[in-house]
Amino acid sequence: METTLDTALIKATINGKEITAHEGSSILEVCRDNGIYIPTLCYDERLEAYGGCRLCVVEVKGVARPLSSCTTPLQKGMDIITESENLTKLRSTIVSLLLSDHPNDCMFCEKAGSCTLQDLAYRYGARSDTYAGEKRNIPITDVNPFIYFDPNKCILCGRCVNICQNLVKVGTIDMTRRGFQSRPDTAFGRSRSADNCVFCGQCISACPVGALVEKPSMGKGRGRELKQVRTTCTYCGTGCNFFLNVRDNQVVRVTSDYSAPVNKGNLCIKGRFGYEFINHESRIRTPLIRDGEGFREASWDEALDYTAGKFKEIRQKYGSESVGAFSSSRCTNEENYLISKWVRAALGNNNVDNCARV
Amino acid sequence: MAGLATSLGAGAASNSFDQISGADLLLIFGSNTTEGHPIVSLQVNEAINRGAKIIVGDPRKIEMVRFADVWLNLKPGTNIALLNGLIHVIVKEGLQNENFIKNRTEGFDELKELVKDYTPERVQEITGVNREKIIKAARLYAEAKNAMILYGLGVTEHRMGTENAMSIANLALTCGHIGRPFTGIMALRGQNNVQGASDMGPAPNIFPGYQPVTNPEIRERFEKAWNVKLSPKIGLKSVEMLDEAKKGAFKGLLIMGEDPGQTDPDLHHVWDALKSLEFLAVIDIFHTETTRFAHVIFPGASFAEKDGTFTNGERRIQRVRKAIEPLSGLAEWQILCELSSRMGYPMKYNHPSEVMDEIASLTPIYAGVSYDRLESGGLQWPCPSREHPGTETLYTSAFSRAGGLAKFVPLEHRQSGETTDLEYPFILITGRRREHYNNGSMTRRVKGIMELYPEEILELNQEDADRLNIKDKETVRVSSRRGEIMVKAGIMERSQQGQVFLSFHYPDALSNLLTSEHRDPITGTPEYKVCAVKVEKPD
Ligand code: SF4
Ligand code: SF4
Ligand code: SF4
Repeated sequence: METTLDTALIKATINGKEITAHEGSSILEVCRDNGIYIPTLCYDERLEAYGGCRLCVVEVKGVARPLSSCTTPLQKGMDIITESENLTKLRSTIVSLLLSDHPNDCMFCEKAGSCTLQDLAYRYGARSDTYAGEKRNIPITDVNPFIYFDPNKCILCGRCVNICQNLVKVGTIDMTRRGFQSRPDTAFGRSRSADNCVFCGQCISACPVGALVEKPSMGKGRGRELKQVRTTCTYCGTGCNFFLNVRDNQVVRVTSDYSAPVNKGNLCIKGRFGYEFINHESRIRTPLIRDGEGFREASWDEALDYTAGKFKEIRQKYGSESVGAFSSSRCTNEENYLISKWVRAALGNNNVDNCARV
Repeated sequence: MAGLATSLGAGAASNSFDQISGADLLLIFGSNTTEGHPIVSLQVNEAINRGAKIIVGDPRKIEMVRFADVWLNLKPGTNIALLNGLIHVIVKEGLQNENFIKNRTEGFDELKELVKDYTPERVQEITGVNREKIIKAARLYAEAKNAMILYGLGVTEHRMGTENAMSIANLALTCGHIGRPFTGIMALRGQNNVQGASDMGPAPNIFPGYQPVTNPEIRERFEKAWNVKLSPKIGLKSVEMLDEAKKGAFKGLLIMGEDPGQTDPDLHHVWDALKSLEFLAVIDIFHTETTRFAHVIFPGASFAEKDGTFTNGERRIQRVRKAIEPLSGLAEWQILCELSSRMGYPMKYNHPSEVMDEIASLTPIYAGVSYDRLESGGLQWPCPSREHPGTETLYTSAFSRAGGLAKFVPLEHRQSGETTDLEYPFILITGRRREHYNNGSMTRRVKGIMELYPEEILELNQEDADRLNIKDKETVRVSSRRGEIMVKAGIMERSQQGQVFLSFHYPDALSNLLTSEHRDPITGTPEYKVCAVKVEKPD
C-alpha cells in the first residue's frame, strides 16, 4: 500500500547522513529502506510494531533516553545514531539475558544458520554464560503433522501470536501462563488440529528462532546446505511467491519471500506445506503406451513417434476437424501458447480449449 | 470472464490485490475467500483492521461472515435478482454516481427501467434475503468512498455465470466504483494460471491476447509469424469436443494437465466421451481418472521442474523457476515441440524465454514482457511496450470497449437450470476447501494434509440432520438425477437449511457424478454450483 499512499517527504539525518523519507514512516522502516542495519527480534514487517524486544533502540539528539525505532515515527530534522558504544552495551545485555535460559542446542537446531538470536549473539559478543540462569524443561507436547513447537527455545517475542490473531485472524494461539512459565500456547494446551488451526504455518514464518519449525522438513538440511529458488505457487490464482529449498534434486522446504508483491512473505497451507507431491513416488516417470487393460513403459522416442503418427493418421482418415487438444490452467503461459500453436499450425484447425474455464 | 469483457472490455480483474487492504468497503460475493484464496483474505483482514466495512453475499455462513456488517444470505442461483435489488435501492435513494454514468458509461436508462420491478420486497421473496439487509447493503456500498467487489466461483459457475458477472459490473458502474485504486471488481478464480491460460488463447475463437481467429488481418499476422496457413473457422469448445466424440465425429485428443474425468460435471457423460475416442494422449504428473482412458501417457513436469511464467488473478505475469530437473527428463513445453516437429511442423526453442519473446511479438497486451523484466515482482498487463511499467488499475481514463465507454447490460432474474422438488429436496453447492486443490491429485499426496483432512464431508445443517435422523460422521447416500455417492455427513452451521455442500477433491466421493449438465450458454462453463439432490441414510 505504501506505493499508492501519497504522504509528504521529509528530511532527517541518520548516522551523519541526510536522508529523505515519507512522513509517518517509523525510524526503523526508513533505516531499512536506506540499507542501515538495526537489530530486531519482535518486529515483523507484516505486523504492527509494538516495541517489545528493545533491540531496535536508537539515539536521537536532544532525547535523553534511547527510543525504540520500530514505534517511533521519523520526524523532520531528527538527528539519529543507530550504533554507539552505549547502544551495543544495551543490546548485548538484552541478548545475553535471552541466552541465559536458552537451551544450548544450536548444533542440532533446525534454525542454526538462519536464527536471528544466533546472529545477534555473534554480532554483539553476547555469551550464554554471562547471566547463568535456570533452563526451562518443558515437555514438547504439540503433536500435529506440520508444526513443531519447542517452548524451551521460545524467546517470547510474541510474533507467532500476533500473526495468528491479527493477520490470519484464526487465534489458535495466545500468550499463556506467567513469568518463567509463559509461552505461546493453544487454549488448554491442546495440540494444533483441524479443529483449532488452519496450518498456514504463518507462526513458523514469524518465529525468529528455532522454537517453531516446519515438521516435515526436520533433518532434511538447513541453511547453506539448501539451494533456494524463488518461484510462484502452483495452487491458486493469487500468485504468491516463495523459495523452494532444494537438496539433492528434492524439494525439502518452502520459505517465505518477503519481497513478493502479492503475499509479502505470507503463505497458506498449500503454498507452505503442499510441495510433497513433487518428489512423490507415484509420479509418472516414463512415457506409457496402452497394452491391453494396462500400460507398458516406452521410450520418449517411441511414444512421441507413435502419438505423432496417430494424429496424422486420424486427420487423414476422418478429416482435419476430427482432432484437437485441451489445455490447462495449471501449465505455464509458454506451454499454453505452444499447445494452441500446435493445434492451429500442426493439426490445422482451432479445436483447442482450456477445459477449466473457472 | 466473458461477462466482464462485455461490460468493461477486458475479461480480467480491474485492480490489484495489494489495493484490497486500502478499500473502505469490500463486497465479497460468491467467494469463500478465506478458504479459496487464503492470502487474498489476509488483505481483507488488513482492511478490516483499518476499519473497512464488509458485505458478504453467499448462501453459506462462510468464515468471513464473522466480520461482516451485512450478510446477504441469498439462495443459490439468485445473484442477479439480488444485484438488481441493490441497484433498485441505490437508484430510488438517488445514490448513483450521475457524473460517472454520464461521462463513462452507456445504457443506464434501460437498466434503470428494468430494476424498477426489483423492489426489496420482491427481491426478498426471490432471494430469501431480508429487505432491510438489502437496503443497508445498498447504502453502504453506494456511500463508501472506495468500494471494491471481490467475486468468486459462486458467481461464474452458474448457468447464468456470464450474466452474473455483467450484473456485478452494473452495480460497480452505477456507483462509479471502478477505474480508481481501491475500487473495481476483482474476479477470484480457481486455478493458478487460469488468467494466463485465457490470455494465451488456447480457445476455439481467439489467438493469444483475445485476438479473434475470424479477423483476416490478425490471422495474416499469425500466418506470417508461424509460416503456415491458418483455419478461419471457429473451433470446438472442450464440451463440444466431448459431445462430438460421443457422437463419433471427433476422434483424436491430447489433454495436457487436466482431469476432466474427475473435475467436469456430469462425469458419466465425460467418461463415455473419452471412451469413444480412437486416440487419447494425456500429459500429467500422476495417473488420474482421465489417464484411465488414455492410449499414450506422457509424464508431465511439476512447476518445480521448469522455467516459465504464470499470470495471477490481478494480471501479474510472474516467473516460475526450475528448482530441480524434470523427473522424467522433459517438461511439457519440450513435449509439445517434439510432437509438433515429428508431425512435420517444426517448433524449436532453446528456453521458455524464447517462447515468451514470440508471445510478446504477437500479443499486444504482453508486448513489453520479457524474462529480464520479470526478475523481481513481475509485470501486470496491459504492458504494451518495453518501457511500459505495467498496469495496476484498469480503466482509469477509458474502458477497453470500442468508444471507451462501459456498458450497462440490463438482466432479468431467471431460475437455475435445476430446481428442487419433492424427490430431490436439497440444493447441492460444490466448491473448494482450503487444504485441497481441484482433483486433489497434488494435495492428496501431502501426508500431513491427508492426516488432517482424510476424507470428504457432506456439510449439512443441524435441523435437516435431525429431520433425517442423521448423526455427525455418519455415512449417507447423496443422489441426484444423474448418479449417487456415499459420503460422511458433517453437521455444521455453515450450510443453511435445505442446502448441502461438497467439494470435488476426493476421487472416492466424486461429487461431479451428481452435478448437472446445464451450462452457461456463452462460455460453456458448467453449472457446478447448483443441483438438486436427496440425502438419505443408506439401507
Ligand atoms: S498455523 Fe496458522 S492458524 Fe495455526 S497457529 Fe500457526 S498461524 Fe495460527
Ligand atoms: S514461538 Fe517463536 S515467534 Fe512465538 S513467541 Fe516464541 S520466539 Fe516468538
Ligand atoms: S500460497 Fe496459498 S494463497 Fe498463495 S498462491 Fe499458493 S495456494 Fe494461493
